[in-house]
Amino acid sequence: MTGIDYVVLFAGMGLVTYIPRWLPLLFLSHKRLPRWLIDWLNLIPAAILSALLAPSLFTESAPRALDFGRLELLVAVPTFLFAIKTRSLGGTVLAGMLLYWLAGLVS
Amino acid sequence: MSQPGEAFIQQTVIMEKKHILGQGAAAAWPICLGYFPVGLALGVLADQAGIPFWAVGLMSVLVFAGSAQFIAVAMLAAGASAWPIVMTTFVVNLRHILMSSALAVFLPGLSRGFLSLFAYGITDESFAVNMTRFRKGQWDRWRALVVNHLSNLAWIVSTMAGSLAGQFIPRGALGIDYALTGMFICLLVYQLRGRIYVLTGVAAAIIATVWYLLVPGNSYIVVASAVAATIGFVAGRLARRKR
Repeated sequence: MTGIDYVVLFAGMGLVTYIPRWLPLLFLSHKRLPRWLIDWLNLIPAAILSALLAPSLFTESAPRALDFGRLELLVAVPTFLFAIKTRSLGGTVLAGMLLYWLAGLVS
Repeated sequence: MSQPGEAFIQQTVIMEKKHILGQGAAAAWPICLGYFPVGLALGVLADQAGIPFWAVGLMSVLVFAGSAQFIAVAMLAAGASAWPIVMTTFVVNLRHILMSSALAVFLPGLSRGFLSLFAYGITDESFAVNMTRFRKGQWDRWRALVVNHLSNLAWIVSTMAGSLAGQFIPRGALGIDYALTGMFICLLVYQLRGRIYVLTGVAAAIIATVWYLLVPGNSYIVVASAVAATIGFVAGRLARRKR
């Protein structure tokens, strides 16, 4: 690929990424949202985070298969407890990394 | 009574600006920490796929979406042409519609210019951090904007660093592969603020896992999020009606 090809490709990717980020904010920011929509949107963060997280803990990626014995899941349990206890984002990231690293050394 | 002088007012403004930057940075540093290893990894893969250093930086600036960039690099390495890559990027990033909508609740009636600048930095991570802070109060659009753009900066720098020097970093060093997972775990804990939220989270986990196993691609994120939020919403309404 030439330099121009890269620029065109990434501009295209950027455009289709930006529009879904931009349009809802632009339109909904100036509207009074109905109560039901606010209540529903309130649940979206928990839903998205859980949907992003679950397959990475409970499944093998190539090929896709259920697996409850992965190191990622094993480490997730104490990391989860650490997060509940401390409620510190930075601390939880560091604790998770440390545990994962240690677990990798042991196993 | 003496009026506060011009210099005093100016100093207060500067202090306030420092405050915004400081608090924004305090909220953003875990995101930056999580982005670094992932950005390095992306840079290394891009380098192996033959993408030049400047193009990696350009991609991070223009796209700023981790998972889509990984997929794009893999597709480029496999010799895919531009159209399928752009279409895939679009589908993978459709989930931002949900995040942008949820953030709009906390950013009512703002100028188009601000919203356009803000929208650029909406990611899974900045979204979750800002939503948590907005709900607790004591958070505003400027601090949220700082979170978005500091994360963005960390992403651009780390992907370019990975492209230049990533191959010298041993794989799996210091558990860096777990940084994003740890971040998602804590961000999820922040969101579990009652039974309905726990129910929504559990439903999303089950639906996402099953969908991920049965349906190729990344549709599991949007499908599971929307269905689980609807389940939580209906359950909440039913519980309220009973009382």
